[in-house]
Amino acid sequence: MVSEIFQSSNMLFLMGGFKVTLEIGICSIIFSVILGTIFGIARHLEIPVISTISIIYIDIVRNIPCLLLVLIVRFMTPLPPVISGIAAMSIFTAATMAEVVRGGLNSIPKGQYEAAYSQGMSRFQVLRFIVVPQAYRNIIPPMMSEFTTIIKDSSFVWAVGTEELTGRGMILIGKYSTTGQLFTIFACVALIYFVLNYSLSTLARWEYKRLHANMN
Amino acid sequence: MNEIFAEYKWIALFDDLDIFIEGFITTMEVAVCALILSLILGIIFGVAGVLPQKWVRCINRVYVEFFQNTPLVIQAIFLYHALPHLHIMLPVTAIGILGVGIYSGAYMSEIFRSGINAVPKGQMESGLSQGFSYWKTMWYIIIPQAKRMILPALGNQSINIIKNTSVLAMIAGGDMMYVADSWAGSNMYYGPAYLSIGIVYWIVCFLMTKCVKRLESKGEVGQHGF
Repeated sequence: MVSEIFQSSNMLFLMGGFKVTLEIGICSIIFSVILGTIFGIARHLEIPVISTISIIYIDIVRNIPCLLLVLIVRFMTPLPPVISGIAAMSIFTAATMAEVVRGGLNSIPKGQYEAAYSQGMSRFQVLRFIVVPQAYRNIIPPMMSEFTTIIKDSSFVWAVGTEELTGRGMILIGKYSTTGQLFTIFACVALIYFVLNYSLSTLARWEYKRLHANMN
Repeated sequence: MNEIFAEYKWIALFDDLDIFIEGFITTMEVAVCALILSLILGIIFGVAGVLPQKWVRCINRVYVEFFQNTPLVIQAIFLYHALPHLHIMLPVTAIGILGVGIYSGAYMSEIFRSGINAVPKGQMESGLSQGFSYWKTMWYIIIPQAKRMILPALGNQSINIIKNTSVLAMIAGGDMMYVADSWAGSNMYYGPAYLSIGIVYWIVCFLMTKCVKRLESKGEVGQHGF
Protein backbone atom coordinates (compact mmCIF):
# COMPACT_ATOMS: atom_id res chain seq x y z
CA MET A 1 0.00 0.00 0.00
CA VAL A 2 1.13 3.50 -0.85
CA SER A 3 -0.13 4.85 2.48
CA GLU A 4 2.43 2.67 4.29
CA ILE A 5 5.07 5.10 3.07
CA PHE A 6 3.53 7.93 5.07
CA GLN A 7 3.89 6.31 8.46
CA SER A 8 5.71 8.52 10.92
CA SER A 9 8.83 6.36 11.22
CA ASN A 10 9.50 6.70 7.49
CA MET A 11 8.90 10.42 7.51
CA LEU A 12 11.20 10.87 10.52
CA PHE A 13 13.79 8.77 8.70
CA LEU A 14 13.59 11.07 5.66
CA MET A 15 13.68 14.18 7.85
CA GLY A 16 16.86 12.86 9.49
CA GLY A 17 18.39 12.76 6.03
CA PHE A 18 17.10 16.23 5.26
CA LYS A 19 18.85 17.49 8.38
CA VAL A 20 22.17 16.14 7.09
CA THR A 21 21.52 17.71 3.68
CA LEU A 22 20.88 21.05 5.38
CA GLU A 23 24.01 20.69 7.53
CA ILE A 24 26.15 20.00 4.50
CA GLY A 25 24.39 22.70 2.51
CA ILE A 26 24.60 25.50 5.06
CA CYS A 27 28.20 24.80 6.12
CA SER A 28 29.33 24.54 2.49
CA ILE A 29 27.53 27.77 1.63
CA ILE A 30 29.32 29.61 4.44
CA PHE A 31 32.77 28.18 3.67
CA SER A 32 32.49 28.58 -0.09
CA VAL A 33 31.33 32.18 0.20
CA ILE A 34 34.28 33.03 2.47
CA LEU A 35 36.85 31.19 0.33
CA GLY A 36 35.33 32.43 -2.91
CA THR A 37 35.38 36.04 -1.72
CA ILE A 38 39.04 35.80 -0.71
CA PHE A 39 40.07 34.22 -4.00
CA GLY A 40 37.86 36.52 -6.05
CA ILE A 41 39.21 39.69 -4.43
CA ALA A 42 42.78 38.38 -4.66
CA ARG A 43 42.37 37.83 -8.40
CA HIS A 44 40.72 41.19 -8.87
CA LEU A 45 43.45 43.10 -7.01
CA GLU A 46 46.16 40.91 -8.54
CA ILE A 47 47.83 40.32 -5.17
CA PRO A 48 51.02 38.46 -6.24
CA VAL A 49 51.09 34.98 -4.65
CA ILE A 50 47.42 34.49 -3.68
CA SER A 51 46.32 35.57 -7.13
CA THR A 52 48.45 32.89 -8.83
CA ILE A 53 47.25 30.27 -6.37
CA SER A 54 43.63 31.19 -7.00
CA ILE A 55 44.06 31.09 -10.79
CA ILE A 56 45.48 27.57 -10.57
CA TYR A 57 42.86 26.51 -8.02
CA ILE A 58 39.93 27.80 -10.08
CA ASP A 59 41.27 26.29 -13.29
CA ILE A 60 41.68 22.87 -11.69
CA VAL A 61 38.45 22.68 -9.71
CA ARG A 62 36.14 24.11 -12.37
CA ASN A 63 37.22 21.46 -14.85
CA ILE A 64 36.66 18.31 -12.80
CA PRO A 65 33.36 16.73 -11.75
CA CYS A 66 31.99 17.32 -8.26
CA LEU A 67 31.66 13.59 -7.68
CA LEU A 68 35.41 13.10 -8.19
CA LEU A 69 36.14 15.64 -5.45
CA VAL A 70 33.65 13.93 -3.14
CA LEU A 71 35.39 10.59 -3.69
CA ILE A 72 38.89 12.03 -3.28
CA VAL A 73 38.10 13.84 -0.03
CA ARG A 74 36.23 10.85 1.41
CA PHE A 75 38.74 8.12 0.57
CA MET A 76 42.07 9.92 0.55
CA THR A 77 41.73 12.01 3.71
CA PRO A 78 40.94 10.82 7.25
CA LEU A 79 37.91 13.16 7.60
CA PRO A 80 34.63 11.68 8.94
CA PRO A 81 31.75 11.30 6.40
CA VAL A 82 29.69 14.48 6.89
CA ILE A 83 32.77 16.71 7.31
CA SER A 84 34.32 15.25 4.16
CA GLY A 85 31.10 16.04 2.30
CA ILE A 86 31.21 19.63 3.54
CA ALA A 87 34.88 19.92 2.59
CA ALA A 88 34.33 18.58 -0.92
CA MET A 89 31.29 20.77 -1.61
CA SER A 90 33.06 23.86 -0.24
CA ILE A 91 36.17 23.28 -2.34
CA PHE A 92 34.06 22.68 -5.43
CA THR A 93 31.73 25.66 -5.06
CA ALA A 94 34.34 28.15 -3.83
CA ALA A 95 35.82 28.15 -7.35
CA THR A 96 32.50 29.21 -8.87
CA MET A 97 31.95 31.76 -6.10
CA ALA A 98 35.38 33.26 -6.79
CA GLU A 99 34.43 33.71 -10.44
CA VAL A 100 31.14 35.32 -9.42
CA VAL A 101 32.93 37.76 -7.08
CA ARG A 102 35.60 38.57 -9.64
CA GLY A 103 32.99 39.12 -12.35
CA GLY A 104 31.05 41.46 -10.06
CA LEU A 105 34.15 43.47 -9.16
CA ASN A 106 35.26 43.66 -12.80
CA SER A 107 31.86 45.03 -13.79
CA ILE A 108 32.63 48.34 -12.04
CA PRO A 109 33.85 50.91 -14.59
CA LYS A 110 37.46 52.08 -14.30
CA GLY A 111 36.33 55.67 -13.96
CA GLN A 112 34.92 54.86 -10.51
CA TYR A 113 38.38 53.86 -9.27
CA GLU A 114 40.07 56.84 -10.86
CA ALA A 115 37.54 59.23 -9.40
CA ALA A 116 37.93 57.66 -5.94
CA TYR A 117 41.74 57.71 -6.08
CA SER A 118 41.68 61.32 -7.23
CA GLN A 119 39.80 62.12 -4.04
CA GLY A 120 42.71 60.79 -2.00
CA MET A 121 41.12 57.51 -0.94
CA SER A 122 43.35 54.55 -0.08
CA ARG A 123 43.09 51.23 -1.92
CA PHE A 124 41.09 49.69 0.89
CA GLN A 125 38.77 52.66 1.16
CA VAL A 126 38.05 52.53 -2.57
CA LEU A 127 37.12 48.89 -2.26
CA ARG A 128 35.10 49.34 0.90
CA PHE A 129 33.13 52.48 0.03
CA ILE A 130 33.03 52.66 -3.77
CA VAL A 131 33.50 49.29 -5.44
CA VAL A 132 31.90 46.73 -3.12
CA PRO A 133 28.58 48.55 -2.63
CA GLN A 134 28.16 48.76 -6.41
CA ALA A 135 29.46 45.27 -7.18
CA TYR A 136 27.14 43.80 -4.53
CA ARG A 137 24.24 44.19 -6.98
CA ASN A 138 25.92 41.98 -9.57
CA ILE A 139 27.24 39.46 -7.04
CA ILE A 140 24.35 38.62 -4.70
CA PRO A 141 21.79 37.15 -7.15
CA PRO A 142 24.20 34.75 -8.94
CA MET A 143 25.70 33.82 -5.57
CA MET A 144 22.26 32.91 -4.30
CA SER A 145 21.55 30.76 -7.32
CA GLU A 146 24.84 28.98 -6.55
CA PHE A 147 23.26 28.04 -3.21
CA THR A 148 20.66 25.93 -5.01
CA THR A 149 23.49 24.25 -6.90
CA ILE A 150 25.14 23.38 -3.58
CA ILE A 151 21.93 21.85 -2.21
CA LYS A 152 21.47 19.84 -5.40
CA ASP A 153 25.09 18.72 -5.65
CA SER A 154 25.13 17.66 -2.00
CA SER A 155 23.21 14.59 -3.20
CA PHE A 156 26.53 13.37 -4.68
CA VAL A 157 27.76 12.48 -1.19
CA TRP A 158 25.36 9.54 -1.23
CA ALA A 159 27.96 7.97 -3.55
CA VAL A 160 30.27 7.55 -0.55
CA GLY A 161 27.45 6.28 1.68
CA THR A 162 26.70 9.43 3.66
CA GLU A 163 23.02 9.20 4.52
CA GLU A 164 21.60 12.55 3.50
CA LEU A 165 18.16 13.06 1.98
CA THR A 166 18.89 11.21 -1.27
CA GLY A 167 20.58 8.37 0.59
CA ARG A 168 17.71 7.97 3.06
CA GLY A 169 15.25 7.97 0.15
CA MET A 170 17.21 5.24 -1.61
CA ILE A 171 17.31 3.15 1.58
CA LEU A 172 13.52 3.43 1.82
CA ILE A 173 13.20 2.31 -1.79
CA GLY A 174 15.11 -0.83 -0.87
CA LYS A 175 12.38 -1.67 1.66
CA TYR A 176 9.36 -1.28 -0.61
CA SER A 177 8.67 -2.95 -3.91
CA THR A 178 5.49 -1.85 -5.70
CA THR A 179 5.46 0.74 -8.47
CA GLY A 180 3.16 3.04 -6.52
CA GLN A 181 5.42 3.01 -3.46
CA LEU A 182 8.51 3.64 -5.57
CA PHE A 183 6.93 6.67 -7.26
CA THR A 184 5.66 8.01 -3.93
CA ILE A 185 9.08 7.88 -2.29
CA PHE A 186 10.74 9.60 -5.24
CA ALA A 187 7.97 12.21 -5.28
CA CYS A 188 8.51 12.91 -1.56
CA VAL A 189 12.28 13.30 -1.89
CA ALA A 190 12.02 15.38 -5.06
CA LEU A 191 9.34 17.57 -3.48
CA ILE A 192 11.50 18.38 -0.46
CA TYR A 193 14.42 19.38 -2.70
CA PHE A 194 12.08 21.29 -4.98
CA VAL A 195 10.45 23.35 -2.24
CA LEU A 196 13.82 24.29 -0.74
CA ASN A 197 15.49 25.13 -4.04
CA TYR A 198 12.49 26.84 -5.57
CA SER A 199 12.20 29.19 -2.59
CA LEU A 200 15.94 29.91 -2.81
CA SER A 201 15.83 30.65 -6.53
CA THR A 202 12.68 32.74 -6.19
CA LEU A 203 14.45 34.73 -3.48
CA ALA A 204 17.44 35.17 -5.82
CA ARG A 205 15.19 36.43 -8.63
CA TRP A 206 13.34 38.73 -6.28
CA GLU A 207 16.62 40.11 -4.94
CA TYR A 208 17.85 40.63 -8.51
CA LYS A 209 14.74 42.61 -9.39
CA ARG A 210 14.95 44.62 -6.19
CA LEU A 211 18.62 45.52 -6.63
CA HIS A 212 18.23 46.38 -10.29
CA ALA A 213 15.08 48.44 -9.72
CA ASN A 214 17.10 51.07 -7.81
CA MET A 215 19.70 51.22 -10.54
CA ASN A 216 18.59 54.47 -12.13
CA MET B 1 52.44 10.63 -0.20
CA ASN B 2 54.74 7.91 -1.55
CA GLU B 3 52.37 5.29 -0.27
CA ILE B 4 49.33 6.74 -2.02
CA PHE B 5 51.05 6.96 -5.38
CA ALA B 6 53.39 3.92 -5.04
CA GLU B 7 54.91 2.56 -8.23
CA TYR B 8 53.25 -0.86 -8.07
CA LYS B 9 49.85 0.81 -7.96
CA TRP B 10 50.60 2.64 -11.19
CA ILE B 11 51.72 -0.64 -12.77
CA ALA B 12 48.41 -2.21 -11.72
CA LEU B 13 46.58 0.70 -13.30
CA PHE B 14 48.42 0.36 -16.59
CA ASP B 15 47.65 -3.36 -16.61
CA ASP B 16 43.95 -2.53 -16.49
CA LEU B 17 44.23 0.42 -18.84
CA ASP B 18 41.74 -1.05 -21.32
CA ILE B 19 38.81 -0.86 -18.88
CA PHE B 20 39.66 2.78 -18.18
CA ILE B 21 39.72 3.51 -21.91
CA GLU B 22 36.34 1.79 -22.27
CA GLY B 23 35.03 3.96 -19.45
CA PHE B 24 36.35 7.06 -21.20
CA ILE B 25 34.61 6.05 -24.44
CA THR B 26 31.33 5.51 -22.54
CA THR B 27 31.70 8.93 -20.90
CA MET B 28 32.23 10.64 -24.25
CA GLU B 29 29.36 8.72 -25.87
CA VAL B 30 26.98 9.70 -23.12
CA ALA B 31 28.22 13.30 -23.19
CA VAL B 32 27.78 13.69 -26.96
CA CYS B 33 24.33 12.03 -27.06
CA ALA B 34 23.18 13.97 -23.98
CA LEU B 35 24.40 17.19 -25.60
CA ILE B 36 22.35 16.49 -28.74
CA LEU B 37 19.26 15.55 -26.69
CA SER B 38 19.59 18.63 -24.48
CA LEU B 39 19.99 20.91 -27.52
CA ILE B 40 16.82 19.53 -29.07
CA LEU B 41 14.89 19.90 -25.79
CA GLY B 42 16.47 23.31 -25.20
CA ILE B 43 15.38 24.65 -28.59
CA ILE B 44 11.83 23.28 -28.25
CA PHE B 45 11.26 24.47 -24.70
CA GLY B 46 13.32 27.65 -25.10
CA VAL B 47 11.24 28.81 -28.06
CA ALA B 48 8.11 27.73 -26.14
CA GLY B 49 9.21 30.18 -23.45
CA VAL B 50 9.05 33.21 -25.77
CA LEU B 51 5.85 32.43 -27.67
CA PRO B 52 2.93 34.82 -27.18
CA GLN B 53 0.55 32.03 -26.02
CA LYS B 54 0.51 31.92 -22.24
CA TRP B 55 -0.13 28.18 -21.81
CA VAL B 56 2.90 27.33 -23.97
CA ARG B 57 5.10 29.55 -21.82
CA CYS B 58 3.63 27.80 -18.80
CA ILE B 59 4.88 24.43 -20.08
CA ASN B 60 8.35 25.94 -20.41
CA ARG B 61 8.29 27.19 -16.80
CA VAL B 62 7.13 23.86 -15.38
CA TYR B 63 9.85 21.95 -17.25
CA VAL B 64 12.62 24.39 -16.35
CA GLU B 65 11.69 24.90 -12.72
CA PHE B 66 11.19 21.23 -12.01
CA PHE B 67 14.45 20.03 -13.54
CA GLN B 68 16.57 22.94 -12.34
CA ASN B 69 15.40 22.65 -8.76
CA THR B 70 15.75 18.92 -8.16
CA PRO B 71 19.12 17.13 -8.10
CA LEU B 72 20.37 15.30 -11.18
CA VAL B 73 21.19 12.35 -8.91
CA ILE B 74 17.52 11.92 -7.96
CA GLN B 75 16.43 12.19 -11.59
CA ALA B 76 18.96 9.65 -12.81
CA ILE B 77 18.27 7.16 -10.01
CA PHE B 78 14.54 7.62 -10.58
CA LEU B 79 14.86 6.73 -14.27
CA TYR B 80 17.04 3.77 -13.34
CA HIS B 81 14.47 2.36 -10.91
CA ALA B 82 11.22 3.51 -12.49
CA LEU B 83 11.66 2.56 -16.14
CA PRO B 84 11.80 -1.21 -15.45
CA HIS B 85 8.59 -0.84 -13.38
CA LEU B 86 6.94 0.64 -16.45
CA HIS B 87 8.28 -2.30 -18.49
CA ILE B 88 10.73 -0.13 -20.41
CA MET B 89 14.07 -1.92 -20.54
CA LEU B 90 16.95 0.34 -21.53
CA PRO B 91 20.72 -0.14 -21.22
CA VAL B 92 22.27 1.92 -18.43
CA THR B 93 24.08 4.21 -20.86
CA ALA B 94 20.74 5.10 -22.46
CA ILE B 95 19.32 5.91 -19.03
CA GLY B 96 22.35 8.10 -18.41
CA ILE B 97 21.85 9.90 -21.73
CA LEU B 98 18.17 10.47 -20.93
CA GLY B 99 18.90 11.67 -17.39
CA VAL B 100 21.75 14.04 -18.22
CA GLY B 101 20.06 15.17 -21.45
CA ILE B 102 16.73 16.08 -19.86
CA TYR B 103 18.43 17.79 -16.91
CA SER B 104 20.74 19.86 -19.13
CA GLY B 105 17.85 20.53 -21.52
CA ALA B 106 16.29 22.68 -18.80
CA TYR B 107 19.45 24.82 -18.62
CA MET B 108 19.68 24.92 -22.42
CA SER B 109 16.10 26.14 -22.75
CA GLU B 110 16.83 28.96 -20.28
CA ILE B 111 19.82 29.92 -22.42
CA PHE B 112 17.74 29.99 -25.61
CA ARG B 113 14.88 31.82 -23.92
CA SER B 114 17.02 34.55 -22.38
CA GLY B 115 19.11 34.85 -25.57
CA ILE B 116 16.00 35.46 -27.66
CA ASN B 117 14.50 37.78 -25.03
CA ALA B 118 17.69 39.85 -25.02
CA VAL B 119 17.00 40.96 -28.60
CA PRO B 120 15.09 44.27 -28.36
CA LYS B 121 11.33 44.03 -28.92
CA GLY B 122 11.49 46.60 -31.71
CA GLN B 123 13.25 44.04 -33.89
CA MET B 124 10.25 41.74 -33.80
CA GLU B 125 7.83 44.61 -34.37
CA SER B 126 9.72 46.00 -37.33
CA GLY B 127 10.06 42.50 -38.82
CA LEU B 128 6.30 41.99 -38.56
CA SER B 129 5.60 45.45 -39.97
CA GLN B 130 7.61 44.57 -43.07
CA GLY B 131 5.26 41.68 -43.78
CA PHE B 132 7.41 38.85 -42.37
CA SER B 133 5.43 36.13 -40.62
CA TYR B 134 6.18 35.46 -36.91
CA TRP B 135 8.37 32.45 -37.65
CA LYS B 136 10.19 34.15 -40.53
CA THR B 137 11.00 37.14 -38.30
CA MET B 138 12.21 34.71 -35.67
CA TRP B 139 14.42 32.83 -38.11
CA TYR B 140 15.87 35.68 -40.20
CA ILE B 141 15.98 38.54 -37.70
CA ILE B 142 15.80 37.42 -34.07
CA ILE B 143 17.81 34.17 -34.05
CA PRO B 144 20.90 35.55 -35.87
CA GLN B 145 21.14 38.30 -33.26
CA ALA B 146 20.43 36.00 -30.32
CA LYS B 147 23.12 33.58 -31.51
CA ARG B 148 25.89 35.82 -30.23
CA MET B 149 24.62 35.58 -26.67
CA ILE B 150 23.63 31.95 -26.91
CA LEU B 151 26.81 30.38 -28.28
CA PRO B 152 29.24 31.04 -25.38
CA ALA B 153 26.61 29.97 -22.85
CA LEU B 154 26.01 26.76 -24.80
CA GLY B 155 29.74 26.06 -24.62
CA ASN B 156 29.75 26.43 -20.85
CA GLN B 157 26.75 24.16 -20.57
CA SER B 158 28.51 21.50 -22.69
CA ILE B 159 31.35 21.49 -20.16
CA ASN B 160 28.78 20.96 -17.41
CA ILE B 161 27.37 18.03 -19.38
CA ILE B 162 30.77 16.32 -19.41
CA LYS B 163 31.07 16.82 -15.66
CA ASN B 164 27.49 15.69 -15.08
CA THR B 165 28.00 12.38 -16.91
CA SER B 166 29.80 11.32 -13.73
CA VAL B 167 26.35 10.75 -12.25
CA LEU B 168 26.40 7.44 -14.15
CA ALA B 169 28.77 6.16 -11.49
CA MET B 170 25.83 6.19 -9.08
CA ILE B 171 23.71 3.89 -11.27
CA ALA B 172 26.55 1.54 -12.25
CA GLY B 173 26.71 3.13 -15.70
CA GLY B 174 30.20 1.97 -16.67
CA ASP B 175 31.51 5.46 -17.35
CA MET B 176 35.01 6.66 -16.47
CA MET B 177 34.04 7.66 -12.93
CA TYR B 178 32.35 4.32 -12.29
CA VAL B 179 35.35 2.39 -13.59
CA ALA B 180 37.76 4.35 -11.41
CA ASP B 181 35.52 4.12 -8.35
CA SER B 182 34.95 0.38 -8.59
CA TRP B 183 38.57 -0.36 -9.58
CA ALA B 184 39.92 1.65 -6.65
CA GLY B 185 37.22 0.26 -4.37
CA SER B 186 38.32 -3.29 -5.04
CA ASN B 187 42.08 -2.87 -4.56
CA MET B 188 42.24 0.39 -2.52
CA TYR B 189 44.61 2.01 -5.06
CA TYR B 190 42.75 5.34 -4.84
CA GLY B 191 45.65 7.65 -5.68
CA PRO B 192 46.49 6.63 -9.25
CA ALA B 193 42.87 5.95 -10.24
CA TYR B 194 41.50 9.31 -9.09
CA LEU B 195 44.50 11.29 -10.27
CA SER B 196 44.46 9.83 -13.76
CA ILE B 197 40.73 10.21 -14.42
CA GLY B 198 40.90 13.69 -12.88
CA ILE B 199 43.56 14.61 -15.44
CA VAL B 200 41.48 13.17 -18.30
CA TYR B 201 38.34 15.10 -17.21
CA TRP B 202 40.45 18.19 -16.78
CA ILE B 203 42.01 17.99 -20.24
CA VAL B 204 38.64 17.48 -21.96
CA CYS B 205 36.96 20.32 -20.05
CA PHE B 206 39.95 22.65 -20.31
CA LEU B 207 40.13 22.25 -24.09
CA MET B 208 36.42 23.03 -24.29
CA THR B 209 36.88 26.11 -22.06
CA LYS B 210 39.50 27.37 -24.52
CA CYS B 211 37.07 26.88 -27.42
CA VAL B 212 34.36 28.75 -25.50
CA LYS B 213 36.75 31.66 -24.85
CA ARG B 214 37.43 31.86 -28.58
CA LEU B 215 33.71 31.85 -29.31
CA GLU B 216 33.23 34.65 -26.78
CA SER B 217 35.91 36.86 -28.31
CA LYS B 218 34.53 36.18 -31.79
CA GLY B 219 31.09 37.25 -30.59
CA GLU B 220 32.51 40.51 -29.30
CA VAL B 221 34.28 41.23 -32.59
CA GLY B 222 31.02 40.61 -34.43
CA GLN B 223 29.18 42.98 -32.17
CA HIS B 224 31.51 45.87 -32.92
CA GLY B 225 31.27 45.23 -36.62
CA PHE B 226 27.51 45.17 -36.48
